[in-house]
Amino acid sequence: MKLSLNRNIGFILAGIALIAGLVWVVIRSGPLSPIRATVTTASRADVAPGLFGIGVVEARRSYLVGPTAAGRVRQVNVDVGDTVRTGQLLAEMEPVDLDQRLASSVAAVERAKSAVDTAQAQLTDSQSRHKLAIANARRYDDLGRKGFVSSTVTEGKAQEKKSAEAQVAAASATVSGARQDLRRLNSEREVVGAQRASIRLLAPGDGIVTSRDAEPGSTVVAGQGVVKLISPDSLWVKTRLDQNRSAGLQVGLPAEIALRSKPGKPIPGRVVRVELVSDSVTEERIAQVAFDERPLGISVGELAEVTLRGAVVKDALTVPNAALRTRRGKTGIWLYNADSLTFVEVRSGAVGADGRVQILEGLREGDAVIVHSERDVDERSRVKVVPALVASGS
Amino acid sequence: MISLAGRDILHSWGKFVLTGMGLGLLIGVTLTMAGVYRGMVDDAKVLLTNSGADLWVVQKDTQGPYAESSSIKDDVYRQILGLVGVVRAANVTYLTMQVRHGDKDERTMVVGFEPGQPGEPGYLVAGRRLVRSHYEAIADVKTGFRLGERIRIRRHDYEVVGLTSRMVSSGGDPMVFIPLKDAQEAQFLKDNDAIIGDRARTAANPALNRPGVPGLLDAINASQSSNRNVNAVLVMVAVGTAPDAVAREIRRWKHLEAYTRAQMEDILIAKLIATAARQIGMFLAILVIVSAAIVAFIIYTMTLGKIREIAVLKLIGTHNRTISAMILQQAVGLGLIGFAVGKIAATLWAPAFPKFVLLEPADAISGFVIVMVVCALASTLAIHAALKVDPAEAIGG
Repeated sequence: MKLSLNRNIGFILAGIALIAGLVWVVIRSGPLSPIRATVTTASRADVAPGLFGIGVVEARRSYLVGPTAAGRVRQVNVDVGDTVRTGQLLAEMEPVDLDQRLASSVAAVERAKSAVDTAQAQLTDSQSRHKLAIANARRYDDLGRKGFVSSTVTEGKAQEKKSAEAQVAAASATVSGARQDLRRLNSEREVVGAQRASIRLLAPGDGIVTSRDAEPGSTVVAGQGVVKLISPDSLWVKTRLDQNRSAGLQVGLPAEIALRSKPGKPIPGRVVRVELVSDSVTEERIAQVAFDERPLGISVGELAEVTLRGAVVKDALTVPNAALRTRRGKTGIWLYNADSLTFVEVRSGAVGADGRVQILEGLREGDAVIVHSERDVDERSRVKVVPALVASGS
Repeated sequence: MISLAGRDILHSWGKFVLTGMGLGLLIGVTLTMAGVYRGMVDDAKVLLTNSGADLWVVQKDTQGPYAESSSIKDDVYRQILGLVGVVRAANVTYLTMQVRHGDKDERTMVVGFEPGQPGEPGYLVAGRRLVRSHYEAIADVKTGFRLGERIRIRRHDYEVVGLTSRMVSSGGDPMVFIPLKDAQEAQFLKDNDAIIGDRARTAANPALNRPGVPGLLDAINASQSSNRNVNAVLVMVAVGTAPDAVAREIRRWKHLEAYTRAQMEDILIAKLIATAARQIGMFLAILVIVSAAIVAFIIYTMTLGKIREIAVLKLIGTHNRTISAMILQQAVGLGLIGFAVGKIAATLWAPAFPKFVLLEPADAISGFVIVMVVCALASTLAIHAALKVDPAEAIGG
């Protein structure tokens, strides 16, 4: 009988263990199991919004130096990395026939000068003939009046005087024509000279050569660059910020610029311009962020992450942004109140860089809210509050 | 009246319990298989639920974005927002890719979403939501990533700022959520060698690299390396608006395809995972039949092992009914132990599966009924053998 009792106990124990296991399984899993969640209280804190954008290092002043007319490059005097001064000869185009055209213009001007001289001499000649004709006409007029010569002769002399007068007018017109011709040819010579000068490509400002796009012998068209310059003092970051996260963007905001080459060492900067036109396709706003100090070893075109520190909202009612849930198209928060859950719609304000979000309406200080949960919760959910749902990260 | 069955069980309860446990493990496997099937279906449904959408707008004549690839321009959402009854509309991209985690790859679905819009994970288990518009990620815990770790996707590193759970693709791959613009880039961006190769090919094309048109080549290169496509637009309709009506409008006037939740479920469950589900279903059916057969055989052999004692019982004039009841009770008892052990075992090992195993209470109940019916049927075989035994055998042999 004792043996049988022992057996009974063993069997009963096994049975109890089995039933206990089954009960545990039913409670732990399935619809009856509680949802583990973390809870925090809404508290007051400063919210420091961070605006985040990505940008490219660009030069505010960059110069594309090239010819104004198509031509062949004769020589390039500078190379990438060279520092140049305003007015320095960077490159020269092939003059082709410009020198000859200039010489021809010069010769034409000389010839025009001679033509002016000739016309001047002709004018002097006709003026002296005119004087003589005037004297003759006067003398024959006297003689004719006294009856020594016939009136035919007198009239002939008068006509000679008139003709000499016309010749003077013609000669003086020739002189002014020759002078105008000279002026025209002079201008033409200046045109050719200017053209000759323009094929010398001079630096329009101080800068550093960033690219040498054409080598001697290659042909470039008007508008194409031979040498590119940038002004290294004018580097800034053209930053693109998502429109829906750009509230508070304004000139003067302090910035941290993390270059892709040195992500761990943010460089201080400042917003110097907010572009009036934003990109309608990518839905981004564009702001120019300048470095406080010109950083060393920086490359144009480098990707940079820009974090702008917006105006701090002091003493705001905040919750972690993980507490915000969307339910039936409404944004709100689950209030946790001793085993009962209520969903309240809230209006949120500034979002801090640390993930805390300001609650403008719908919540009171000290309210307990659900932050993390292992499943979506609803009014009927049973919640088991735990300190953390997953072991904290490294 | 003393319970014959109880006394017989107590006589060798260890053997009985062990047999029950063995049976239980078999039932556990069957329940798990049902759980695997349910898990597959649930993966598909949870994908739809998590996106929080009422409508999926995709490329015309495709069944995207999950079952087929779909590509639409990313400004389409603006037109859709303008429709009556639409509350929210947001672009979303899906890209299945291997993401490096330590020394090994994780197969994940990278989701590009817009914060605060449909497509965003509904709840987190740790960390916070995205606050920066680039290079932050929320990962499903199944990916193995932890808060603060960095995920490399294509050429950018993303910091894991939040963790979520049960966010999986229809294939059960855990999801990684990143900002939409980054995802668009990740989906399209080629590696640097390919980009340089493309540039060289474009430059070698005399029609595109024309000496008389400075800047043309740059413009072409720039347009080749940008991506303005997304896979779908998730639409939320106003309360009281029928999603079907909005879907009709979109199909008719926007020349895009729009699916409602019911249609999407049909695409996912009836089309996308149909073959895999049928495979599992077939296996489940065989497992149920085999389990039933084994239960029957166990009870049968258990009875045969006691055939001499039964003969003695018959000899001393025990009623047939009493003997039948004993065998039936034992069979049912075995079934009960088996079911309990099976349910416990399945619950214990289900979380260890790489993919989600959903043990539904309804499945457990129908499993219980099946076990009981099979045990009862199996006991009839044993009862038949027991009743046929000649009482003389008790003395002979």
